[in-house]
Amino acid sequence: MDFLSPATWAEALAAKAANPDALPIAGGTDVMVELNFDRRRPSALLDLTRIGELTEWGTDGDLLRIGSGVTYARIITELAHRLPGLAMAARTVGSPQIRNRGTVGGNLGSASPAGDALPPLLAAGALVELASTRGVRRLPVAEFFTGPKRTVRAPDELIAAFLVPSHRGPHQFAKIGSRNAMVIAVCSFALALRPVTGEVGTGIGSAGPTPLRAAQAERLLADELPWRTAAVLPEAVVGRFGELVAGAAAPIDDIRGTAAYRRHALSVLARRTLRWAWEEYRREGP
Amino acid sequence: MTTPMTETSRGAVTGGVGDSPVRPDGTLKVTGQFAFSSDLSADGMLWGATLRSPYARARIRGIDLTAALALPGVRAVLTAADVPGAGSYGLEVADQPVLAADEVSYQGEPVAVVAADHPETARRAAARIVVDYEPLPPVTDAEAALAAGDIFRHVPVRRGDAHATAEVVVSGVYQVGMQDQAFLGPESGLAMPTVDGGVDLYIATQWLHVDQRQVASCLGLPVDRVRLYLAGVGGAFGAREDLSMQVHACLLALRTGRPVKMVYGREESFFGHVHRHPALMRYEHGADRDGRLVYVKAHIVLDGGAYASSTPAVVANAATLGVGPYEVPNVVMDAYGARTNNPPCGAMRGFGAVQTCFGYESQMDKLAAALGLDPVEIRRRNAMTTGSVMPTGQVVDGPAPVARLLELVRDRPAPLAASGDPREWPGGVANTTHGESVVRGVGYAIGIKNVCFSEGFDDYSTARVRLEMVGGEPVVLVHTAAAEVGQGLVTLQAQIARTELGVERVVVAAADTTVGSAGSSSASRQSYVTGGAVRAACQAVRDGVLARLGARAGPADGLRLAGGMVVTASGVAVADLAEVLGDDPVEETRQWRHRPTHPLDPRTGQGDAHVQYAFAAHRATVDVDVELGLVRVVEIATAQDVGKAINPQAVLGQIHGGTAQGLGLALMEELRVVDGLVRNPSFTDYLIPTILDVPPMTVDVLELADPHAPYGLRGVGEPPTISSTPAVVAAIRAATGLALSRVPVRPEYLTGAV
Ligand SMILES: Cc1cc2nc3c(=O)[nH]c(=O)nc-3n(C[C@H](O)[C@H](O)[C@H](O)COP(=O)(O)OP(=O)(O)OC[C@H]3O[C@@H](n4cnc5c(N)ncnc54)[C@H](O)[C@@H]3O)c2cc1C
Repeated sequence: MDFLSPATWAEALAAKAANPDALPIAGGTDVMVELNFDRRRPSALLDLTRIGELTEWGTDGDLLRIGSGVTYARIITELAHRLPGLAMAARTVGSPQIRNRGTVGGNLGSASPAGDALPPLLAAGALVELASTRGVRRLPVAEFFTGPKRTVRAPDELIAAFLVPSHRGPHQFAKIGSRNAMVIAVCSFALALRPVTGEVGTGIGSAGPTPLRAAQAERLLADELPWRTAAVLPEAVVGRFGELVAGAAAPIDDIRGTAAYRRHALSVLARRTLRWAWEEYRREGP
Repeated sequence: MTTPMTETSRGAVTGGVGDSPVRPDGTLKVTGQFAFSSDLSADGMLWGATLRSPYARARIRGIDLTAALALPGVRAVLTAADVPGAGSYGLEVADQPVLAADEVSYQGEPVAVVAADHPETARRAAARIVVDYEPLPPVTDAEAALAAGDIFRHVPVRRGDAHATAEVVVSGVYQVGMQDQAFLGPESGLAMPTVDGGVDLYIATQWLHVDQRQVASCLGLPVDRVRLYLAGVGGAFGAREDLSMQVHACLLALRTGRPVKMVYGREESFFGHVHRHPALMRYEHGADRDGRLVYVKAHIVLDGGAYASSTPAVVANAATLGVGPYEVPNVVMDAYGARTNNPPCGAMRGFGAVQTCFGYESQMDKLAAALGLDPVEIRRRNAMTTGSVMPTGQVVDGPAPVARLLELVRDRPAPLAASGDPREWPGGVANTTHGESVVRGVGYAIGIKNVCFSEGFDDYSTARVRLEMVGGEPVVLVHTAAAEVGQGLVTLQAQIARTELGVERVVVAAADTTVGSAGSSSASRQSYVTGGAVRAACQAVRDGVLARLGARAGPADGLRLAGGMVVTASGVAVADLAEVLGDDPVEETRQWRHRPTHPLDPRTGQGDAHVQYAFAAHRATVDVDVELGLVRVVEIATAQDVGKAINPQAVLGQIHGGTAQGLGLALMEELRVVDGLVRNPSFTDYLIPTILDVPPMTVDVLELADPHAPYGLRGVGEPPTISSTPAVVAAIRAATGLALSRVPVRPEYLTGAV
């Protein structure tokens, strides 16, 4: 197995173009597990940790642009105000060691339906930036996943960054696990209220072949939330929201939980996170 | 003679019995310096790998090694045909093939082993072996196996009137899932061929001599040509009682003439050792209106999996301890170990007492509810005491402070309500509740465990102790074959030597088979038995010293050793050890046995089968998110009688760890087996409690001496893991009102979304 260790982004893209089979490695918290369990025998590893710009974040017009190599630990300490939902999810990832190494880019790269960063990115309406020697493209994260651990990324492409509209409005994330830390999600739910546009974003994790949006549920809230008056939430809306989120999920029975439990838990999480987000909205205003 | 002086003027020894001296492996383990068996290496070493069955049951029609042998770097590929001695081994029955010959009987059963220059080459070679399997339908239901007569052992226990009737009757069916010991150091060791045609094996095990006997038998070698040396053990909990890679590494070393190392990977480890028996238990309890037990009827089925391992002894424990620490005049108990094609099950901390405790304690709560009694009160009314009679007819002659232990945990102040810190809610930082639907519950349980080996087993340990002057200072050398598996046994042996011989400097030699057997580091027995052997050998050394002094200076009656001196009973020094010993060490070896036990009558289960009984009680307080089915254990209060805390810090460590392991069984630890296939052989999905799952614990330690045991001590390791499981489940029941008849309790059991 070769170990390619480019020092610049241009070199990395060139290396990927020349070795499309090379497996990128960022924090290595997924890659090393796969190698150790002998699930993968790549011809080469493409180490991305020497490329400084992947670990930077800044603004790009209206958007926040976060390099794919930014770790969970840094999301929590540096970006919690701008990306509260993602930061909440980052706090639930693994252990301190994993949060120090693991990156959001790696979570996107693995594209596991259980990736904890993914529902908040869906809810926030994030874009993924892919690059190759052929050029750069940005696409909505909802279009990035094509199946379990499958994405639209071409073999010569690398994930450069993700982009999110800077936070204006309450975000929530909640995750069910069968222990209180260091656990793969049985299911998870992310919610973003965007009072300025009157829109709502959602993301469902671990309850389908890919992370999912609950589009009908989003529309319900966009239509029914008393944005202007910031009035008390109608209970009927809360209940209906829970049902629509559960209905949008496509869970299966597996070792971590039953499909019935996942649907049930998602409806509970949807209702709870909506109440928390709405309380915040009423407290802090639009 | 020197001037008389008191021992205190020379400083009493510290680090003796009752102290908590620093353990020699502690800093090394915390700083990552400790050499575990997986860290072994030798010049010219080869690496072994194992090919295992992917099927729960299949006939082997043929094995083609050609492709494996053709791989450069491969030095040997061995199958059943290459085993020179006995083809099978086992702790109680030699029924487990070294390598499967004609049929595989569980998923993961070893079929062939490879030695190669590099571990990766060995694994690749193993993958190139072509086994022609004819899959057969596996037997995976223990009750079906029982009905078909596939039984390792049936232990009936009959006491009193089998047809007794009672005013209040409760019954229930309870299930325990397959728990794994989940030690962190995978199976590993290094075998080195020796010039005499034998082999030296460096190995992480719980009992060197029982490995030696089985390995020698499979290699077809005399026992003295197979020498075992204890390598650094990364946890055991019963999973190192059976052989894993021992014979395989030795076969490969003898075949290649090179040292061979084998280290299982994490996934392989789940197939490399036995697990705790899953149990299906039917109980019926009858009581009078005051809640006093009239009878218990129980039918207990333990799934032993494909091979016997220690199932027969586990069944005996379940049968003899299966009504709990209660006085029950009439008992009809039948416990069975079934043979199936599930993974073999055997020893794990608690050994048959864990499963039944979940059964009988669930029943005691049911009875309390039926009678409107408090759960502690119903247990107190039935609590056994010294002089109580077990269902086997054995009189409990040591302290049995059952009621007191319950009162101790009951009387601990209740833990505070959650403070609002998200880590204190069920779900923790995963942000699933801000207090919505969180209900608190409290539950109690108490358990009973036998200490040491039972049923007439010749259970002994051997210690060699030498006292000599080194550099002008008296030094004690203690040598046993007892396995330090993390419990602190090395420290304990030194403590005993310090106390008995009054010498500060004690060296505990590495454990190996050049000294007699110490028996197993299991059954909570090593402090008792190896502790007893070390004490006996020390006392023999002291007698030797005094005899020497007596030969010179007249009768030495009533003298003892303290502070490096020979002193009178009142502590007046009469001689310096340096003078008495000179250049001539005093060395003694002693075998030591606890009082004998007796077999159970095969029809009635009557007999004085056990050496000592140990008890621990737990009170668990939980917060349950009743809508999501998530649980957080808020606090556990526990109380245990340890007879004598030889090392109080180690005692607390055992109680904390055992309690956490029981919590794990209550809430998450289960090896999920479907159609004989293990679905979660990794720490990704075999969950063990993290620091955010294990709550603060309060511990009350009683020291009620057992007159039969060295220093009055009582085995400590297992009791804490027995009752913490039912206490946690009782607390969840209290919070939810649900019946909960199976552990581990999954979130979907609490929400009904199964
Ligand atoms: C003990 C443990 C606990 C864990 N707990 C969680 C958890 O709670 N929640 C969770 O979601 N995950 C968890 N994980 C999984 C893992 O930590 C995350 O998926 C993490 O985000 C991976 O990031 P990484 O930087 O380590 O990725 P890597 O392992 O380096 O890479 C992951 C994948 O992404 C690809 N990749 C990485 N960077 C790029 C790039 N720039 N362009 C293209 N492809 C790229 C790699 O080729 C690989 O396929 C855990 C893992 C471990 C070992």
